[in-house]
Amino acid sequence: MSTLTRYSAIPYTGPAPTNREPYVPTDTQKMDARGAEIASRIGAEQETGQDLPTLVVRRERIVETLRALKNDLTFTMPLDLWAVDYPRRRQRFDVMYQLYSLQNNERVRLKVPVADGEPIPSSLPVYKGFDWFEREVWDLYGVRFDGHPNLRRILTHEAFQGHALRKDYDPAQRWLCTEKDVAALVPKVDPRFERVDTDFERVTLNLGPSHPATHGTLRIVVILDGEKIIGAEQEIGYLHRCFEKSCETHTYQQAIPFTDRLNYMSAIINNVGYCMTVEKLLGVEAPERAQHVRLILSEFMRIADHLVCIGTNLVDMGALTNFWYLFQPREEIYGLIEACCGARLLPSYLRIGGLAVDVPPNFLENAQRLVNMLPKYIDDVEKLVSRNKIFHDRVVGVAPISAEDAIDFGFTGPCLRACGIPFDVRKSNPYLGYETYDWDVPIAEGGDTYARYLVRMEEMRQSLRILQQAIDRGLPSGPVIIDNPYVALPPKEKVYNEMESLIYHFKLIMHGIQPPVGETYFQVEGGNGELGFYIVSDGTKNPYKVRCRPPCFAIYQAFGQMITGQTIPDAIAALGSLNIIAGELDR
Amino acid sequence: MNPWMHYLVWPLVKFLVAFIIVQGIVAAMNWVERRLLGFVQARLGPNRVGPKGLLQIIADPVKFLLKEDIVPANAETIAYFLGPILPLIPTFLVYCLIPFGPPPTFVAARVNVAVLLVLALTSTGVYGIILGGWASNNKYSLMGGLRSAAQMVSYEVPFGLSIVGVLMLSGSLDLVKIVNYQADHIWNLFPQLIAAFIFFVAMTAETNRTPFDLPEADSELVGGYHTEYSAMKFAFFMLAEYSAMLVNCCLMTLLFLGGWTLAIGGYGLTTQTLQHMGIPGGMLGVLIFIVKVMTFMLVYIWFRATFPRFRFDQLMDLGWKWMIPLALANIVVTGVVVLLGQSLNFQGEVVLSIAGAAIVGYTLYNLRPRAKVVHASRVSEV
Amino acid sequence: MNAAFLVFFVVGTIAVASSILVVAMRNPVHSALFLLLTFLCVAILFVVKDAEFVAAVQVLVYAGGIMVLFLFVVMLINVRHLPDDRTLSRFWKGGVGVGLAIFLLLATVVRTGTYHDQNPNKKLLRSTASHRVRKVTNPDGSVTRKRVVRHRTVGNSEAVGMALYQDYLVPFEVASLFLLVAMIGAIVIGKRELSAPEEETSPDFILKRMETEKDVKEAMSA
Repeated sequence: MSTLTRYSAIPYTGPAPTNREPYVPTDTQKMDARGAEIASRIGAEQETGQDLPTLVVRRERIVETLRALKNDLTFTMPLDLWAVDYPRRRQRFDVMYQLYSLQNNERVRLKVPVADGEPIPSSLPVYKGFDWFEREVWDLYGVRFDGHPNLRRILTHEAFQGHALRKDYDPAQRWLCTEKDVAALVPKVDPRFERVDTDFERVTLNLGPSHPATHGTLRIVVILDGEKIIGAEQEIGYLHRCFEKSCETHTYQQAIPFTDRLNYMSAIINNVGYCMTVEKLLGVEAPERAQHVRLILSEFMRIADHLVCIGTNLVDMGALTNFWYLFQPREEIYGLIEACCGARLLPSYLRIGGLAVDVPPNFLENAQRLVNMLPKYIDDVEKLVSRNKIFHDRVVGVAPISAEDAIDFGFTGPCLRACGIPFDVRKSNPYLGYETYDWDVPIAEGGDTYARYLVRMEEMRQSLRILQQAIDRGLPSGPVIIDNPYVALPPKEKVYNEMESLIYHFKLIMHGIQPPVGETYFQVEGGNGELGFYIVSDGTKNPYKVRCRPPCFAIYQAFGQMITGQTIPDAIAALGSLNIIAGELDR
Repeated sequence: MNPWMHYLVWPLVKFLVAFIIVQGIVAAMNWVERRLLGFVQARLGPNRVGPKGLLQIIADPVKFLLKEDIVPANAETIAYFLGPILPLIPTFLVYCLIPFGPPPTFVAARVNVAVLLVLALTSTGVYGIILGGWASNNKYSLMGGLRSAAQMVSYEVPFGLSIVGVLMLSGSLDLVKIVNYQADHIWNLFPQLIAAFIFFVAMTAETNRTPFDLPEADSELVGGYHTEYSAMKFAFFMLAEYSAMLVNCCLMTLLFLGGWTLAIGGYGLTTQTLQHMGIPGGMLGVLIFIVKVMTFMLVYIWFRATFPRFRFDQLMDLGWKWMIPLALANIVVTGVVVLLGQSLNFQGEVVLSIAGAAIVGYTLYNLRPRAKVVHASRVSEV
Repeated sequence: MNAAFLVFFVVGTIAVASSILVVAMRNPVHSALFLLLTFLCVAILFVVKDAEFVAAVQVLVYAGGIMVLFLFVVMLINVRHLPDDRTLSRFWKGGVGVGLAIFLLLATVVRTGTYHDQNPNKKLLRSTASHRVRKVTNPDGSVTRKRVVRHRTVGNSEAVGMALYQDYLVPFEVASLFLLVAMIGAIVIGKRELSAPEEETSPDFILKRMETEKDVKEAMSA
């Protein structure tokens, strides 16, 4: 009866979460106060009762509002832009902007209600980073952005009909791709580049979508003058599987495996981000033991993510051996996760309210063994590469991005820290108790490929520091999933023996978790930066809207600018150092 | 002796024997390379076919023979066909000129300008790559071919210049005489240390090996010039590459490491000693030669496991701004020392050896890792 | 008819035929390949004439270096679409004239000039004079230093070296100076303005984006 230990013997007596009362965020008063302050400063309306200061802006005023927020209130970083569809409303779309101020460490959310067919002025003159986000909203919702210079579909293909994330788009329908449609898929390249007789030095080259260096299905159209890139444009969407639409048709619990496949290099962190968002919406917290395991596995996943990034980046530069030196410990990390839940790459180990099962008894010993072992592998690579002249020549000063540009593009994570900006969600908005650990945020100067390499190397060491402290503290005893039958399944023994548990089990399986009506946003530090989830609940078993803020998306849109003027080998080296994961990029 | 036998049959027989042995070594090198890389990279390498995976040597060619031979649409058929075959001809012809052991038994054709002829023949090996890259009708292939052409032409110069010092010391273009000279004095490696270094780097670049494998850089150009080649045509490219590697290692051994001899100042296993020992002596010479050649082949593989790849402009910088001036300086210094040695009656080799050792020692001392490994700086308060 | 003549006849025919094909082929890569064949044939002819050194240098420099650069340039331009109709260059008459003139000139020189193989003293070409200072003991016991000139038969390469660096040193150096001047001139002409490509970069892309935007607007209004 060992599984019983995760459950207290006392029957649940707490309040039943009801979906009739709206969701009330914990610090809503503080947020409302701050929201009122901001609203009065820039002269906008405020929406109260949110987890972030929220302004409601008319679409005509959006650009000036954004400009005021950026210039007067230091909201320099564009974090996310998305939309929610309420088909019954006259202004059926809420286009949402989320901004972040590095100086004050605060966020603000803007809501712009628009009717179908009404265009919004593009925010590109203020924030470069909303370029692809606006294209995505156009692609999936059909909200037009006036003045956007390149408003094409981005995640779906050119021959796609309709807008997939609208509520009236039937996810079960299939489009038959005709030959005409396929012809439309052939990339349109400026014919001037193809005229070899007059302009023979220019070559248009497709890097990808199936290229050894793209590690996934990315496509970069580069225009070359010899080996020098004089122009580049990225095409994405080859791995698009409409994660957000899939979530809307499944229950909250069923969406967890989908999150695995976002950044599949660090799947647990995605699980953590999603589960904690839903927990925030439910107003519950996972037990301490589960939180501790979540933190340990998150940090191991972060290390695994960086190991893959650095290993593949080096192998792209021809340094073959490092790949194996770095993949060896990665396998060991997956072994640790396999011991917990039986899966390696895509574990789906977390549940809303805790973990699927308890960790094995020797979990901490294995973790300690890994923590002892990892520095050796990292040092090996450091010795092979960090002082290698060829490596230095290949990465120092290659594909740099200035700190201002990086912020303006919405960079987060190691790529932003490589520009010297110490922004880390684990420090700015601590979760899972990160604030109680002693660790540093690594930064580097220059924002080039070398700086990104250095930051990732150092970040692995910092993660090891966190892990050592976490292991030293030991696992708190107690259950690994909360004792709340409206959120977590009762244990099988109880289901088989108690009528009440059987009913709870049946209810949860059939009707799912039903969070209160409301919306919330929660962010964790993923392998590539801020991984945010925004969930709207309408009180039913299916999420009304799940929005994932993928860190790669913001980073990759700057890639064309970064590699212009560099050579192809530079582009390859830079691409590897950005760690673009197509699963997260295309969702 | 019948002149036909002397001029045609015997050389042909020798060439064929050398050719078969060399091809055996080339096939074996593939296995050695993969196993050795596996050893360095903490993995196994091919170990399934036969004991220790040795039958992989046979399995690979069989696989290549059985695979589908694809010719891309819009390829220039003739050039596409010639691409893999052209580089084979010069690399095989070179084996006529390489003395594998003490003359006359182990030399197929002794030419008094052997060094030049070897250089000339190896320099034509690039045509296959250029043609193959161009004819494939693929931009990656074309870029691989272009890179290869520029790289070959650039590194041909330091490759040839680095030999000049050796030629000045030994006073001949005949490989046998060069080897004998080294046995009577000292391995050219010591008086021509810098030249040997340049020669080795240049020959790595000539054979498109890591860190100079830009023409086929798989992560940049997919496969470079051989992207569109499959089956036996692809195998021919590999065969030519490994044959060229082996030729270059032979040259390195002959020019700088005393070939089949194991002697210094005329003492030890010189050519005469080996010739006096008859057939066993000849065999011993061949063995010594093969051991030396294999050492360099292993260094090639070691390079591949260790170094990242250069970027193209860096490669050109290294060739034109470092290798060529260094090789020219080496020629001048060697020439002056040899002339002075002749007129003032001292051993030029000794002076050059000491000078070379001093320069290399000084360079190594300066290049020793002094700076600490750079880490990202850390911020506690955010 | 001896073997050398046979080789000369066969290889010479190939050389002439392939050199005609160099100008007759329409695809520049094929022309370059036939030029390569011509070079190799000429190298073989040199070997037949006992000039291994020149043969080796011919292959090394022309086949291994210059032709590679030719191909490099041809491929960089990458001419794939050739005109369908065969046309002669407008200057073909002049070309033929110049060719004939050079042929006549060479024929005259070859016919009237000295031809070393026919020289009774065949050693002349293959001998060098080296100078050594030797101590000589005179009959009266005194020791003097004396320049001793020693003639010896040398190899092919040494003979070429002697000719280049002793007999024709000044013309050789002048020729190399000319080549240097030509090289610098080529670099100056070929060097592009560094700022030019930077200016070209952005307008193309902005233009492209503007076009896309226009398309999208049209699609929206339709």
